[in-house]
Amino acid sequence: MLVTLLRPTGGHARVAGFDVAAQPAQVRRRIGVALQEAALDPLMTGSELIELQATLHAIAPRSVRSRGAELIERVGLTAAAARRVGTYSGGMRRRLDLAMALIHEPEVLFLDEPTTGLDPTSRLTLWAEVRRLRDEGTTVFLTTQYLEEADQLADRLGIIADGRIVAEGTPASLKAEVGRPHLDLVLAKGSDLQGARELVTRFGDHRPVTEGCHLSIALEHGAADIAPILRALDDAGFAVAELELKQPTLDDVFLQKTGEHLEGADDHGAQAERMPLPEAQAETV
Amino acid sequence: MRRSVVALARRALVNALRKPQFLAPLVIFPSLFLAINVGGLGATRELEGFPAVDGFLDYQLAAAILQSLLLGGVSAGIAVALDIEGGFFDRLVASPTPRVAIVLGRVLAASVIAAIQVVYFLVLGLIFGASIKGGALGVLCVLAIGVVAGTGFGAIGVLIALRARSASTVQGIFPLVFVVLFISSAFFPLELLSAPADVIARYNPLSFIADGMRQPIAFSNEALPVLEGLLTATAIAATAIGLSILALRGRLRDA
Repeated sequence: MLVTLLRPTGGHARVAGFDVAAQPAQVRRRIGVALQEAALDPLMTGSELIELQATLHAIAPRSVRSRGAELIERVGLTAAAARRVGTYSGGMRRRLDLAMALIHEPEVLFLDEPTTGLDPTSRLTLWAEVRRLRDEGTTVFLTTQYLEEADQLADRLGIIADGRIVAEGTPASLKAEVGRPHLDLVLAKGSDLQGARELVTRFGDHRPVTEGCHLSIALEHGAADIAPILRALDDAGFAVAELELKQPTLDDVFLQKTGEHLEGADDHGAQAERMPLPEAQAETV
Repeated sequence: MRRSVVALARRALVNALRKPQFLAPLVIFPSLFLAINVGGLGATRELEGFPAVDGFLDYQLAAAILQSLLLGGVSAGIAVALDIEGGFFDRLVASPTPRVAIVLGRVLAASVIAAIQVVYFLVLGLIFGASIKGGALGVLCVLAIGVVAGTGFGAIGVLIALRARSASTVQGIFPLVFVVLFISSAFFPLELLSAPADVIARYNPLSFIADGMRQPIAFSNEALPVLEGLLTATAIAATAIGLSILALRGRLRDA
């Protein structure tokens, strides 16, 4: 709806200052769109496609070639520009898709799950380009199911579950909402886990969770709690094999805000089989 | 808008040339059909009611062109449906280019391909002994009717693709094309058709187009059949283009 491909059935939305239902043409002139599937014509070359896109965006004929070449170079596809897109890898397609979305220097860039299916190198390259665009002043509206990606890229983030925004804010503020950091401990084999659990419970309103030799403690005062806990364990003769301080992640935010609801499960939490979690969306501005 | 139309038409033509399985059937299949018809049904000329022509090939050439143009329409529809299925169509729709340009670009490509089809069959006919009675003017008449008809069939293909949104559905209209073609005067004169085929063929728009192209090839440049053919093709093209543009708008509304 925001990119004017679907007509809203209700409500209002404005993109770059224009109403998506009443002024779709103005919206389209100001947005760039890279769709989920990187829908590119496999029979055309990278250069041909980007020049077609330039023409569709009414770029002046004398600038079409140079602007296309400039963007192809920016996304690192100069060597492959004359090849048919059908021979491109997934990462190359994504980068070409991004270049095409940028051909008219849009005010708002929509990226729909831009790194899905990409290898780590391609993902990092695309992240760098998104940051660069943001730094240059482009508003990037990015949807993703990778919460790490949202954490890395988003200035402002919204989580959508069952078609509704269930949380919105900066990544830091959302993480602060879900609570305290956790200290994860792994005790030496053969330790009296029950005794250790009772010991750390004495440190106040902590709610230790045990699993095997693992102990997870929600820290009321953050890192300041670590030393007293370790001292108490040491004094009681417990040997700590590993420890890790874990800050709340967007995963925690997601799980809390969506109620850990599994798509397709009933309202009473029947979880006979694991299904993909609802889509999270992140928006960077 | 003109630049967008030309760019989109160019893309459609480049695709057609790079994917021979799109273009080849448009000429190969009707060529084979023409060869079989001319080789096996030539004696039809001796039947009472069959007009006097120099050769059966002269008579059948218009049918082969028409058949090829109809297949061109199916091919244009499949190409649009594949764009829709693959998501490329959304890219076009999300761009600020006018919606009309998206339809006209594809239709313009169908026109260019139609011109190639007409020229191909005329040359093929001449090679195998046909003669074009109307001369150079006759060739222009056939070309005009053929290109306008090819444009119209291309627009019908686009219209069906926009409605169906599926290449397999568009492919499914292929047999229907033949049914409509066979109940026209494309292959045999109305006088040799039995009821009710002769009645249907009398009003079948394809009959007017076939007769319009056949007149300059097999007989003379008599104006009436040529004008009837051209007007029929123009009416089909204008209607189909208009409906395609409406269908594209409807597609956006319904999507």
